[in-house]
Amino acid sequence: MTSTLESRIVEFDVRTDEMLVNMGPQHPSTHGVLRLVLRTDGEVVSEVTPHIGYLHRCAEKIGENLTPRQWIPYTDRMDYLAGMNMNLGWSLCVEKLLGVEAPERGQRLRVIIAEMGRIASHLVGMGAYGLDLGTFSPFLYAFREREKILDLFEQACGARLTYSYLTPGGATADLPVGWTDACLAFLDQFEPIIADYHTLLTTNAIFIKRTAGIGVLTPQMAVGYGCTGPVLRGSGVDFDLRRDGDPLYTRMYADLAYEIICERNGHYPNDQPYPAVPGEAVLGDCWHRFYVRMLEVVQSVRLVRESIRKYAASSGDHGQPIKLFEKLPPGECYLETEAPRGQMGFYVVTTGDAIPWRARARSSCFSNLSVAPELCRGVLLADVPAVVGSLDIVMGEIDR
Amino acid sequence: MSPTDRLLQKFGDAVRPVAAERGDPWFEVDADRLVAVCQYLRDDAAFGCDMLNCVSGVDTLQADPKRRPPQGRGPGIELVYHLSSTRLKHRITLKLILPRWQDEAAQQLPEAPSLTGLWPTADWHEREVYDLMGVRFVGHPNLVRILCPEDWEGHPLRKDYEMPLEYHGIRGR
Repeated sequence: MTSTLESRIVEFDVRTDEMLVNMGPQHPSTHGVLRLVLRTDGEVVSEVTPHIGYLHRCAEKIGENLTPRQWIPYTDRMDYLAGMNMNLGWSLCVEKLLGVEAPERGQRLRVIIAEMGRIASHLVGMGAYGLDLGTFSPFLYAFREREKILDLFEQACGARLTYSYLTPGGATADLPVGWTDACLAFLDQFEPIIADYHTLLTTNAIFIKRTAGIGVLTPQMAVGYGCTGPVLRGSGVDFDLRRDGDPLYTRMYADLAYEIICERNGHYPNDQPYPAVPGEAVLGDCWHRFYVRMLEVVQSVRLVRESIRKYAASSGDHGQPIKLFEKLPPGECYLETEAPRGQMGFYVVTTGDAIPWRARARSSCFSNLSVAPELCRGVLLADVPAVVGSLDIVMGEIDR
Repeated sequence: MSPTDRLLQKFGDAVRPVAAERGDPWFEVDADRLVAVCQYLRDDAAFGCDMLNCVSGVDTLQADPKRRPPQGRGPGIELVYHLSSTRLKHRITLKLILPRWQDEAAQQLPEAPSLTGLWPTADWHEREVYDLMGVRFVGHPNLVRILCPEDWEGHPLRKDYEMPLEYHGIRGR
Protein backbone atom coordinates (compact mmCIF):
# COMPACT_ATOMS: atom_id res chain seq x y z
CA MET A 1 0.00 0.00 0.00
CA THR A 2 2.87 2.39 0.72
CA SER A 3 4.01 2.15 -2.88
CA THR A 4 0.59 3.39 -4.07
CA LEU A 5 0.80 6.22 -1.58
CA GLU A 6 4.22 7.33 -2.80
CA SER A 7 3.42 7.00 -6.48
CA ARG A 8 0.27 9.09 -6.13
CA ILE A 9 2.12 11.87 -4.35
CA VAL A 10 4.77 11.95 -7.06
CA GLU A 11 2.16 11.79 -9.79
CA PHE A 12 0.21 14.82 -8.63
CA ASP A 13 3.16 16.76 -7.18
CA VAL A 14 0.85 19.08 -5.31
CA ARG A 15 1.79 20.51 -1.95
CA THR A 16 -0.84 19.49 0.57
CA ASP A 17 -1.24 19.76 4.30
CA GLU A 18 -2.33 17.00 6.59
CA MET A 19 -5.92 17.35 7.62
CA LEU A 20 -8.30 15.59 10.02
CA VAL A 21 -11.69 14.88 8.48
CA ASN A 22 -14.71 13.66 10.41
CA MET A 23 -16.93 11.25 8.50
CA GLY A 24 -20.16 10.46 10.29
CA PRO A 25 -21.65 9.59 12.76
CA GLN A 26 -24.58 10.35 10.49
CA HIS A 27 -23.41 9.77 6.96
CA PRO A 28 -25.22 7.53 4.48
CA SER A 29 -22.14 5.47 3.66
CA THR A 30 -21.30 4.70 7.28
CA HIS A 31 -24.26 2.28 7.44
CA GLY A 32 -25.66 3.61 10.66
CA VAL A 33 -23.96 5.67 13.30
CA LEU A 34 -20.27 5.10 12.75
CA ARG A 35 -17.85 7.97 13.11
CA LEU A 36 -14.62 7.73 11.18
CA VAL A 37 -11.82 10.17 11.83
CA LEU A 38 -9.67 10.29 8.72
CA ARG A 39 -6.19 11.74 8.59
CA THR A 40 -5.79 12.83 5.01
CA ASP A 41 -3.06 14.31 2.91
CA GLY A 42 -4.87 15.72 -0.08
CA GLU A 43 -6.86 12.83 -1.51
CA VAL A 44 -4.84 10.14 0.23
CA VAL A 45 -5.98 8.76 3.57
CA SER A 46 -3.11 7.89 5.86
CA GLU A 47 -5.03 6.84 8.95
CA VAL A 48 -8.58 5.88 9.82
CA THR A 49 -9.87 5.72 13.39
CA PRO A 50 -13.37 4.29 13.83
CA HIS A 51 -15.37 5.54 16.80
CA ILE A 52 -18.28 3.32 17.74
CA GLY A 53 -20.80 3.24 20.54
CA TYR A 54 -23.40 5.71 19.28
CA LEU A 55 -26.05 2.99 19.20
CA HIS A 56 -25.01 1.27 22.43
CA ARG A 57 -28.25 0.10 24.03
CA CYS A 58 -26.84 -2.08 26.83
CA ALA A 59 -28.28 -5.28 25.37
CA GLU A 60 -25.99 -7.42 27.51
CA LYS A 61 -27.01 -5.66 30.70
CA ILE A 62 -30.67 -6.13 29.77
CA GLY A 63 -29.94 -9.80 29.10
CA GLU A 64 -28.87 -10.17 32.74
CA ASN A 65 -32.33 -9.07 33.85
CA LEU A 66 -34.60 -11.01 31.49
CA THR A 67 -35.31 -14.65 30.84
CA PRO A 68 -33.97 -16.08 27.55
CA ARG A 69 -37.41 -15.95 25.97
CA GLN A 70 -37.81 -12.32 26.98
CA TRP A 71 -34.40 -11.43 25.52
CA ILE A 72 -35.33 -12.71 22.05
CA PRO A 73 -36.81 -9.32 20.96
CA TYR A 74 -33.52 -7.66 21.91
CA THR A 75 -31.55 -10.03 19.70
CA ASP A 76 -33.77 -8.91 16.80
CA ARG A 77 -32.62 -5.37 17.35
CA MET A 78 -28.93 -6.21 17.24
CA ASP A 79 -28.66 -7.06 13.58
CA TYR A 80 -31.90 -5.45 12.47
CA LEU A 81 -31.39 -6.54 8.87
CA ALA A 82 -31.23 -10.22 9.75
CA GLY A 83 -33.29 -10.55 12.91
CA MET A 84 -34.23 -14.15 12.18
CA ASN A 85 -30.60 -15.26 12.23
CA MET A 86 -30.00 -13.49 15.55
CA ASN A 87 -33.05 -15.25 17.07
CA LEU A 88 -31.63 -18.54 15.90
CA GLY A 89 -28.19 -17.94 17.45
CA TRP A 90 -29.54 -17.16 20.91
CA SER A 91 -32.13 -19.94 20.76
CA LEU A 92 -29.49 -22.53 19.93
CA CYS A 93 -27.23 -21.28 22.73
CA VAL A 94 -30.04 -21.65 25.27
CA GLU A 95 -30.98 -25.05 23.87
CA LYS A 96 -27.40 -26.23 24.20
CA LEU A 97 -27.44 -25.22 27.84
CA LEU A 98 -30.81 -26.85 28.50
CA GLY A 99 -29.80 -29.95 26.57
CA VAL A 100 -32.88 -29.92 24.37
CA GLU A 101 -33.21 -29.96 20.62
CA ALA A 102 -35.93 -28.70 18.34
CA PRO A 103 -38.01 -31.43 16.66
CA GLU A 104 -37.29 -32.27 13.03
CA ARG A 105 -40.05 -30.11 11.62
CA GLY A 106 -38.85 -27.18 13.70
CA GLN A 107 -35.30 -27.63 12.45
CA ARG A 108 -36.39 -27.69 8.80
CA LEU A 109 -38.46 -24.60 9.41
CA ARG A 110 -35.46 -22.89 10.98
CA VAL A 111 -33.23 -23.59 7.98
CA ILE A 112 -35.87 -22.21 5.59
CA ILE A 113 -36.33 -19.06 7.65
CA ALA A 114 -32.63 -18.51 8.37
CA GLU A 115 -31.64 -18.90 4.72
CA MET A 116 -34.42 -16.58 3.57
CA GLY A 117 -33.06 -14.13 6.14
CA ARG A 118 -29.62 -14.53 4.61
CA ILE A 119 -30.95 -13.72 1.14
CA ALA A 120 -32.77 -10.65 2.47
CA SER A 121 -29.69 -9.48 4.32
CA HIS A 122 -27.31 -9.99 1.40
CA LEU A 123 -29.73 -8.07 -0.81
CA VAL A 124 -29.42 -5.06 1.47
CA GLY A 125 -25.67 -5.53 1.63
CA MET A 126 -25.50 -5.59 -2.15
CA GLY A 127 -27.91 -2.71 -2.78
CA ALA A 128 -26.43 -0.45 -0.13
CA TYR A 129 -22.94 -1.20 -1.41
CA GLY A 130 -24.01 0.03 -4.85
CA LEU A 131 -25.32 3.14 -3.15
CA ASP A 132 -21.94 3.70 -1.46
CA LEU A 133 -20.28 3.65 -4.85
CA GLY A 134 -22.75 6.07 -6.40
CA THR A 135 -25.24 3.85 -8.20
CA PHE A 136 -28.85 3.98 -7.15
CA SER A 137 -30.93 1.56 -9.22
CA PRO A 138 -29.44 -1.71 -7.84
CA PHE A 139 -30.54 -0.47 -4.43
CA LEU A 140 -34.13 -0.19 -5.62
CA TYR A 141 -34.04 -3.56 -7.38
CA ALA A 142 -32.58 -5.21 -4.28
CA PHE A 143 -35.20 -3.70 -2.00
CA ARG A 144 -38.00 -4.73 -4.36
CA GLU A 145 -37.01 -8.37 -3.87
CA ARG A 146 -36.32 -7.92 -0.17
CA GLU A 147 -39.84 -6.59 0.35
CA LYS A 148 -41.23 -9.83 -1.08
CA ILE A 149 -39.21 -11.82 1.45
CA LEU A 150 -40.46 -9.54 4.22
CA ASP A 151 -44.02 -10.18 3.00
CA LEU A 152 -43.38 -13.89 3.48
CA PHE A 153 -41.97 -13.26 6.96
CA GLU A 154 -44.99 -11.13 7.77
CA GLN A 155 -47.28 -13.99 6.81
CA ALA A 156 -45.30 -16.34 9.03
CA CYS A 157 -44.99 -14.23 12.17
CA GLY A 158 -46.74 -10.91 11.69
CA ALA A 159 -43.68 -8.66 11.75
CA ARG A 160 -41.53 -7.23 9.00
CA LEU A 161 -38.38 -6.21 10.85
CA THR A 162 -38.29 -7.50 14.42
CA TYR A 163 -39.62 -11.01 14.28
CA SER A 164 -39.05 -12.85 17.57
CA TYR A 165 -40.10 -15.89 15.56
CA LEU A 166 -37.46 -18.49 16.29
CA THR A 167 -37.36 -19.07 20.03
CA PRO A 168 -35.66 -21.58 22.33
CA GLY A 169 -37.27 -24.93 21.58
CA GLY A 170 -38.26 -24.21 18.00
CA ALA A 171 -40.46 -21.45 16.64
CA THR A 172 -43.44 -19.56 18.04
CA ALA A 173 -45.76 -20.97 15.37
CA ASP A 174 -45.74 -23.33 12.44
CA LEU A 175 -45.62 -21.89 8.93
CA PRO A 176 -49.13 -20.96 7.76
CA VAL A 177 -50.93 -23.08 5.18
CA GLY A 178 -49.75 -22.27 1.65
CA TRP A 179 -46.61 -20.48 2.87
CA THR A 180 -44.19 -22.92 1.28
CA ASP A 181 -45.94 -22.60 -2.10
CA ALA A 182 -45.70 -18.83 -1.90
CA CYS A 183 -42.05 -19.18 -0.97
CA LEU A 184 -41.33 -21.49 -3.91
CA ALA A 185 -43.16 -19.10 -6.24
CA PHE A 186 -40.96 -16.30 -4.96
CA LEU A 187 -37.78 -18.33 -5.52
CA ASP A 188 -38.83 -19.18 -9.09
CA GLN A 189 -39.31 -15.53 -9.79
CA PHE A 190 -36.20 -14.41 -7.90
CA GLU A 191 -33.59 -16.76 -9.32
CA PRO A 192 -33.43 -15.29 -12.86
CA ILE A 193 -33.21 -11.80 -11.39
CA ILE A 194 -29.82 -12.56 -9.83
CA ALA A 195 -28.36 -12.31 -13.34
CA ASP A 196 -29.56 -8.70 -13.48
CA TYR A 197 -27.63 -7.88 -10.34
CA HIS A 198 -24.52 -9.34 -11.93
CA THR A 199 -25.10 -7.19 -15.01
CA LEU A 200 -25.71 -4.09 -12.95
CA LEU A 201 -22.82 -4.45 -10.53
CA THR A 202 -20.53 -7.47 -10.72
CA THR A 203 -19.58 -7.05 -14.37
CA ASN A 204 -20.02 -3.30 -14.52
CA ALA A 205 -16.75 -1.63 -15.62
CA ILE A 206 -17.13 1.29 -13.20
CA PHE A 207 -17.97 -1.04 -10.34
CA ILE A 208 -14.92 -3.18 -11.08
CA LYS A 209 -12.71 -0.08 -11.24
CA ARG A 210 -14.02 1.09 -7.87
CA THR A 211 -13.68 -2.24 -6.06
CA ALA A 212 -11.09 -4.51 -7.69
CA GLY A 213 -7.71 -4.35 -5.99
CA ILE A 214 -8.99 -1.99 -3.28
CA GLY A 215 -8.69 -2.87 0.40
CA VAL A 216 -6.93 -6.19 0.00
CA LEU A 217 -7.28 -8.36 3.10
CA THR A 218 -4.81 -11.23 3.26
CA PRO A 219 -6.01 -14.53 4.76
CA GLN A 220 -3.55 -14.23 7.66
CA MET A 221 -4.77 -10.75 8.48
CA ALA A 222 -8.42 -11.80 8.18
CA VAL A 223 -7.97 -14.67 10.62
CA GLY A 224 -5.82 -12.61 12.99
CA TYR A 225 -8.44 -9.89 13.17
CA GLY A 226 -11.19 -12.46 13.74
CA CYS A 227 -12.99 -11.53 10.52
CA THR A 228 -15.71 -14.00 9.66
CA GLY A 229 -18.47 -14.66 7.18
CA PRO A 230 -18.17 -13.35 3.62
CA VAL A 231 -15.27 -11.10 4.67
CA LEU A 232 -13.21 -14.14 5.66
CA ARG A 233 -14.33 -16.27 2.71
CA GLY A 234 -13.65 -13.37 0.35
CA SER A 235 -10.02 -13.75 1.38
CA GLY A 236 -10.04 -17.40 0.35
CA VAL A 237 -10.32 -19.02 3.79
CA ASP A 238 -12.60 -22.04 3.56
CA PHE A 239 -14.47 -21.73 6.85
CA ASP A 240 -18.20 -21.75 7.39
CA LEU A 241 -19.92 -22.63 10.64
CA ARG A 242 -22.78 -24.34 8.83
CA ARG A 243 -20.23 -27.08 8.18
CA ASP A 244 -17.56 -26.46 10.84
CA GLY A 245 -19.53 -25.17 13.79
CA ASP A 246 -21.15 -26.63 16.86
CA PRO A 247 -22.82 -30.05 16.27
CA LEU A 248 -26.16 -28.66 17.41
CA TYR A 249 -26.00 -26.18 14.54
CA THR A 250 -24.30 -28.27 11.84
CA ARG A 251 -26.85 -31.07 12.30
CA MET A 252 -29.48 -28.80 10.76
CA TYR A 253 -27.45 -28.55 7.56
CA ALA A 254 -25.89 -32.02 7.55
CA ASP A 255 -28.13 -33.67 4.94
CA LEU A 256 -28.57 -30.66 2.67
CA ALA A 257 -26.64 -30.16 -0.57
CA TYR A 258 -24.99 -26.77 -0.91
CA GLU A 259 -21.56 -25.36 -1.46
CA ILE A 260 -19.53 -23.08 0.71
CA ILE A 261 -18.55 -20.15 -1.44
CA CYS A 262 -14.84 -19.58 -1.33
CA GLU A 263 -12.09 -19.39 -3.89
CA ARG A 264 -10.30 -22.72 -4.22
CA ASN A 265 -7.29 -23.06 -6.55
CA GLY A 266 -8.09 -19.89 -8.42
CA HIS A 267 -11.79 -20.38 -9.11
CA TYR A 268 -15.13 -20.38 -7.38
CA PRO A 269 -17.31 -23.49 -7.19
CA ASN A 270 -20.11 -23.76 -9.74
CA ASP A 271 -19.27 -20.44 -11.29
CA GLN A 272 -20.11 -21.34 -14.86
CA PRO A 273 -23.41 -19.44 -15.16
CA TYR A 274 -21.93 -16.49 -13.30
CA PRO A 275 -19.48 -13.87 -14.50
CA ALA A 276 -15.80 -14.60 -14.43
CA VAL A 277 -13.46 -12.92 -11.97
CA PRO A 278 -12.06 -9.79 -13.65
CA GLY A 279 -8.32 -9.64 -14.23
CA GLU A 280 -7.89 -6.62 -11.97
CA ALA A 281 -9.40 -8.34 -8.94
CA VAL A 282 -7.02 -9.54 -6.23
CA LEU A 283 -8.13 -12.22 -3.77
CA GLY A 284 -9.38 -10.53 -0.61
CA ASP A 285 -10.30 -7.18 -2.19
CA CYS A 286 -13.67 -5.42 -2.08
CA TRP A 287 -14.81 -7.06 -5.30
CA HIS A 288 -14.26 -10.58 -3.94
CA ARG A 289 -16.14 -9.85 -0.71
CA PHE A 290 -19.06 -8.60 -2.80
CA TYR A 291 -18.90 -11.56 -5.16
CA VAL A 292 -18.92 -14.10 -2.32
CA ARG A 293 -22.17 -12.55 -1.04
CA MET A 294 -23.73 -12.70 -4.50
CA LEU A 295 -22.89 -16.38 -4.93
CA GLU A 296 -24.06 -17.20 -1.40
CA VAL A 297 -27.52 -15.97 -2.33
CA VAL A 298 -27.73 -18.70 -4.97
CA GLN A 299 -26.67 -21.33 -2.44
CA SER A 300 -29.31 -20.09 -0.02
CA VAL A 301 -31.95 -20.47 -2.74
CA ARG A 302 -30.82 -24.07 -3.16
CA LEU A 303 -30.95 -24.65 0.59
CA VAL A 304 -34.45 -23.21 0.91
CA ARG A 305 -35.82 -25.32 -1.96
CA GLU A 306 -34.38 -28.49 -0.50
CA SER A 307 -35.46 -27.67 3.04
CA ILE A 308 -39.02 -27.03 1.89
CA ARG A 309 -39.12 -30.51 0.37
CA LYS A 310 -37.81 -32.02 3.59
CA TYR A 311 -40.10 -29.83 5.70
CA ALA A 312 -43.14 -31.13 3.82
CA ALA A 313 -42.09 -34.72 4.49
CA SER A 314 -41.08 -34.13 8.11
CA SER A 315 -42.95 -35.26 11.17
CA GLY A 316 -43.35 -33.83 14.63
CA ASP A 317 -44.18 -30.41 15.94
CA HIS A 318 -42.66 -27.04 15.08
CA GLY A 319 -41.25 -26.65 18.54
CA GLN A 320 -40.94 -27.90 22.07
CA PRO A 321 -42.58 -26.01 24.86
CA ILE A 322 -40.01 -24.11 26.85
CA LYS A 323 -41.84 -22.04 29.36
CA LEU A 324 -41.11 -18.37 29.76
CA PHE A 325 -39.93 -18.71 33.35
CA GLU A 326 -38.42 -22.13 33.15
CA LYS A 327 -35.43 -22.54 35.46
CA LEU A 328 -32.12 -22.78 33.63
CA PRO A 329 -29.66 -25.40 34.88
CA PRO A 330 -26.44 -23.95 36.30
CA GLY A 331 -23.67 -23.94 33.73
CA GLU A 332 -22.21 -21.95 30.93
CA CYS A 333 -21.88 -22.40 27.23
CA TYR A 334 -20.85 -20.60 24.10
CA LEU A 335 -22.32 -21.18 20.67
CA GLU A 336 -21.66 -19.50 17.35
CA THR A 337 -23.84 -19.52 14.28
CA GLU A 338 -23.20 -18.36 10.75
CA ALA A 339 -25.24 -15.19 10.47
CA PRO A 340 -25.21 -13.35 7.11
CA ARG A 341 -22.42 -11.05 8.29
CA GLY A 342 -20.29 -13.68 9.96
CA GLN A 343 -20.05 -15.64 13.16
CA MET A 344 -22.54 -14.50 15.71
CA GLY A 345 -21.62 -15.96 19.06
CA PHE A 346 -23.65 -16.04 22.24
CA TYR A 347 -22.22 -16.87 25.64
CA VAL A 348 -24.48 -17.55 28.58
CA VAL A 349 -23.68 -18.15 32.25
CA THR A 350 -26.51 -19.43 34.43
CA THR A 351 -26.86 -20.11 38.11
CA GLY A 352 -30.04 -22.17 38.38
CA ASP A 353 -32.43 -19.23 38.18
CA ALA A 354 -34.73 -18.43 35.29
CA ILE A 355 -32.62 -15.39 34.44
CA PRO A 356 -29.08 -15.84 33.11
CA TRP A 357 -26.25 -14.41 35.20
CA ARG A 358 -24.47 -13.18 32.09
CA ALA A 359 -25.64 -13.00 28.50
CA ARG A 360 -22.89 -12.04 26.11
CA ALA A 361 -23.07 -11.43 22.39
CA ARG A 362 -19.98 -11.70 20.23
CA SER A 363 -20.89 -9.83 17.11
CA SER A 364 -19.37 -10.51 13.74
CA CYS A 365 -19.26 -6.89 12.54
CA PHE A 366 -17.33 -5.83 15.63
CA SER A 367 -14.35 -7.90 14.55
CA ASN A 368 -14.95 -7.21 10.86
CA LEU A 369 -14.87 -3.46 11.42
CA SER A 370 -11.73 -3.60 13.55
CA VAL A 371 -9.76 -4.42 10.40
CA ALA A 372 -10.90 -1.20 8.67
CA PRO A 373 -7.97 0.98 9.88
CA GLU A 374 -5.62 -1.59 8.39
CA LEU A 375 -7.49 -1.73 5.07
CA CYS A 376 -7.88 2.04 4.71
CA ARG A 377 -4.21 2.88 5.12
CA GLY A 378 -3.02 4.64 1.98
CA VAL A 379 -6.23 4.48 -0.06
CA LEU A 380 -7.92 7.44 -1.69
CA LEU A 381 -10.62 9.32 0.18
CA ALA A 382 -13.31 8.04 -2.20
CA ASP A 383 -12.24 4.46 -1.53
CA VAL A 384 -13.00 4.65 2.19
CA PRO A 385 -16.77 4.13 1.65
CA ALA A 386 -15.91 1.33 -0.77
CA VAL A 387 -13.84 -0.45 1.87
CA VAL A 388 -16.21 0.14 4.79
CA GLY A 389 -19.22 -0.82 2.65
CA SER A 390 -17.60 -4.05 1.52
CA LEU A 391 -17.44 -5.18 5.16
CA ASP A 392 -21.27 -4.93 5.20
CA ILE A 393 -21.55 -3.64 8.74
CA VAL A 394 -24.67 -3.08 10.80
CA MET A 395 -24.02 -0.72 13.67
CA GLY A 396 -26.74 -2.20 15.85
CA GLU A 397 -24.76 -5.39 15.97
CA ILE A 398 -21.44 -3.68 16.76
CA ASP A 399 -22.75 -1.49 19.54
CA ARG A 400 -25.46 -3.86 20.80
CA MET B 1 0.26 -38.42 24.24
CA SER B 2 -2.74 -36.34 23.35
CA PRO B 3 -2.30 -32.62 22.65
CA THR B 4 -4.16 -31.74 25.85
CA ASP B 5 -1.84 -33.89 27.93
CA ARG B 6 1.15 -32.18 26.33
CA LEU B 7 -0.35 -28.78 27.17
CA LEU B 8 -0.95 -29.79 30.78
CA GLN B 9 2.50 -31.28 31.10
CA LYS B 10 4.22 -28.27 29.58
CA PHE B 11 2.57 -25.72 31.83
CA GLY B 12 2.10 -27.84 34.92
CA ASP B 13 -0.02 -26.22 37.60
CA ALA B 14 -0.55 -23.02 35.61
CA VAL B 15 -3.23 -24.71 33.46
CA ARG B 16 -6.04 -26.64 35.15
CA PRO B 17 -8.78 -28.38 33.16
CA VAL B 18 -12.31 -27.96 34.49
CA ALA B 19 -15.10 -30.19 33.25
CA ALA B 20 -18.51 -28.61 33.51
CA GLU B 21 -21.68 -30.58 34.02
CA ARG B 22 -23.47 -28.38 31.49
CA GLY B 23 -21.93 -26.70 28.48
CA ASP B 24 -18.30 -26.39 27.52
CA PRO B 25 -15.30 -27.51 29.56
CA TRP B 26 -12.56 -24.95 30.04
CA PHE B 27 -8.99 -24.50 31.16
CA GLU B 28 -8.27 -22.24 34.05
CA VAL B 29 -5.03 -20.35 33.45
CA ASP B 30 -2.81 -18.28 35.72
CA ALA B 31 -2.54 -14.64 34.70
CA ASP B 32 1.24 -14.62 34.47
CA ARG B 33 1.30 -17.61 32.09
CA LEU B 34 -1.65 -16.56 29.89
CA VAL B 35 0.42 -15.11 27.04
CA ALA B 36 2.73 -18.13 26.98
CA VAL B 37 -0.22 -20.56 26.99
CA CYS B 38 -1.98 -18.66 24.19
CA GLN B 39 1.19 -18.51 22.13
CA TYR B 40 1.59 -22.26 22.55
CA LEU B 41 -2.03 -22.89 21.54
CA ARG B 42 -1.62 -20.66 18.50
CA ASP B 43 1.71 -22.01 17.28
CA ASP B 44 1.47 -25.70 18.16
CA ALA B 45 0.42 -27.72 15.10
CA ALA B 46 -1.99 -29.92 17.07
CA PHE B 47 -3.93 -26.91 18.40
CA GLY B 48 -3.44 -24.28 15.70
CA CYS B 49 -5.82 -21.81 17.37
CA ASP B 50 -5.34 -19.01 14.86
CA MET B 51 -8.53 -17.17 15.77
CA LEU B 52 -9.48 -15.44 18.98
CA ASN B 53 -13.25 -15.47 18.74
CA CYS B 54 -14.29 -13.68 21.85
CA VAL B 55 -13.10 -12.18 25.12
CA SER B 56 -15.88 -11.95 27.69
CA GLY B 57 -15.87 -10.68 31.22
CA VAL B 58 -18.07 -12.13 33.96
CA ASP B 59 -18.51 -10.48 37.34
CA THR B 60 -19.32 -13.07 40.01
CA LEU B 61 -20.20 -10.66 42.81
CA GLN B 62 -23.53 -11.31 44.46
CA ALA B 63 -24.86 -7.77 44.67
CA ASP B 64 -28.55 -8.71 44.66
CA PRO B 65 -29.37 -10.92 47.69
CA LYS B 66 -32.30 -12.48 45.81
CA ARG B 67 -30.05 -13.95 43.14
CA ARG B 68 -27.64 -16.83 43.42
CA PRO B 69 -24.10 -16.32 42.08
CA PRO B 70 -22.60 -18.99 39.78
CA GLN B 71 -21.95 -22.05 41.87
CA GLY B 72 -18.87 -22.32 43.99
CA ARG B 73 -17.37 -19.03 42.97
CA GLY B 74 -16.55 -16.14 45.20
CA PRO B 75 -16.64 -12.54 44.07
CA GLY B 76 -14.22 -11.93 41.22
CA ILE B 77 -13.88 -11.02 37.60
CA GLU B 78 -13.58 -13.91 35.19
CA LEU B 79 -12.13 -13.38 31.75
CA VAL B 80 -13.24 -16.01 29.26
CA TYR B 81 -11.24 -16.48 26.08
CA HIS B 82 -12.81 -18.49 23.28
CA LEU B 83 -10.19 -19.64 20.80
CA SER B 84 -10.77 -21.63 17.65
CA SER B 85 -8.86 -23.05 14.75
CA THR B 86 -10.01 -22.42 11.19
CA ARG B 87 -7.85 -25.30 9.99
CA LEU B 88 -8.70 -27.99 12.55
CA LYS B 89 -12.23 -26.69 13.28
CA HIS B 90 -12.13 -26.97 17.02
CA ARG B 91 -12.61 -24.63 19.93
CA ILE B 92 -10.84 -24.10 23.24
CA THR B 93 -12.02 -22.06 26.20
CA LEU B 94 -9.57 -20.45 28.60
CA LYS B 95 -10.54 -18.77 31.79
CA LEU B 96 -8.63 -16.28 33.88
CA ILE B 97 -9.90 -15.48 37.36
CA LEU B 98 -9.01 -12.07 38.72
CA PRO B 99 -9.89 -10.30 41.96
CA ARG B 100 -12.53 -7.60 41.59
CA TRP B 101 -10.08 -4.92 42.66
CA GLN B 102 -6.34 -4.92 42.79
CA ASP B 103 -6.64 -3.01 46.04
CA GLU B 104 -10.16 -2.82 47.39
CA ALA B 105 -9.70 0.46 49.26
CA ALA B 106 -8.05 2.33 46.39
CA GLN B 107 -10.54 0.92 43.85
CA GLN B 108 -7.65 -0.04 41.62
CA LEU B 109 -8.67 -2.06 38.56
CA PRO B 110 -7.44 -5.67 38.32
CA GLU B 111 -4.80 -6.35 35.73
CA ALA B 112 -4.52 -8.97 33.02
CA PRO B 113 -1.90 -9.39 30.30
CA SER B 114 -2.93 -8.19 26.85
CA LEU B 115 -3.05 -10.57 23.91
CA THR B 116 -2.79 -7.88 21.23
CA GLY B 117 0.68 -9.13 20.33
CA LEU B 118 -0.72 -12.55 19.39
CA TRP B 119 -4.04 -11.63 17.77
CA PRO B 120 -4.76 -8.10 16.55
CA THR B 121 -8.46 -8.72 17.20
CA ALA B 122 -7.74 -8.67 20.95
CA ASP B 123 -7.30 -4.90 20.64
CA TRP B 124 -11.02 -4.11 20.37
CA HIS B 125 -12.22 -7.01 22.48
CA GLU B 126 -10.00 -6.01 25.39
CA ARG B 127 -11.07 -2.39 25.08
CA GLU B 128 -14.66 -3.56 25.33
CA VAL B 129 -13.96 -5.61 28.47
CA TYR B 130 -12.04 -2.70 29.97
CA ASP B 131 -14.90 -0.35 29.19
CA LEU B 132 -17.78 -2.46 30.47
CA MET B 133 -16.15 -4.69 33.09
CA GLY B 134 -13.18 -2.67 34.34
CA VAL B 135 -10.08 -4.78 33.77
CA ARG B 136 -6.78 -3.12 32.96
CA PHE B 137 -4.92 -4.94 30.20
CA VAL B 138 -1.18 -4.58 30.67
CA GLY B 139 0.60 -4.05 27.36
CA HIS B 140 -2.45 -2.88 25.42
CA PRO B 141 -1.41 -0.14 22.96
CA ASN B 142 -4.52 2.01 23.27
CA LEU B 143 -6.64 1.13 26.28
CA VAL B 144 -9.48 3.66 26.03
CA ARG B 145 -13.23 3.26 26.27
CA ILE B 146 -14.88 1.93 23.13
CA LEU B 147 -18.66 1.80 23.64
CA CYS B 148 -19.23 4.33 26.43
CA PRO B 149 -18.18 7.99 26.09
CA GLU B 150 -14.60 8.71 27.09
CA ASP B 151 -15.62 10.63 30.22
CA TRP B 152 -18.07 8.00 31.46
CA GLU B 153 -17.58 6.94 35.07
CA GLY B 154 -17.66 3.37 36.26
CA HIS B 155 -17.93 0.09 34.40
CA PRO B 156 -21.58 -0.69 33.57
CA LEU B 157 -21.48 -4.49 33.50
CA ARG B 158 -20.15 -4.81 37.04
CA LYS B 159 -22.83 -6.18 39.32
CA ASP B 160 -22.55 -3.33 41.82
CA TYR B 161 -22.66 -0.59 39.19
CA GLU B 162 -25.13 2.17 39.78
CA MET B 163 -26.57 4.21 36.99
CA PRO B 164 -25.47 7.85 37.33
CA LEU B 165 -28.24 10.30 38.14
CA GLU B 166 -26.96 12.83 35.69
CA TYR B 167 -24.60 12.95 32.74
CA HIS B 168 -23.76 16.35 31.21
CA GLY B 169 -27.09 17.75 32.29
CA ILE B 170 -29.07 14.75 30.96
CA ARG B 171 -31.17 13.17 33.68
CA GLY B 172 -30.85 9.44 34.15
CA ARG B 173 -33.52 7.21 35.69
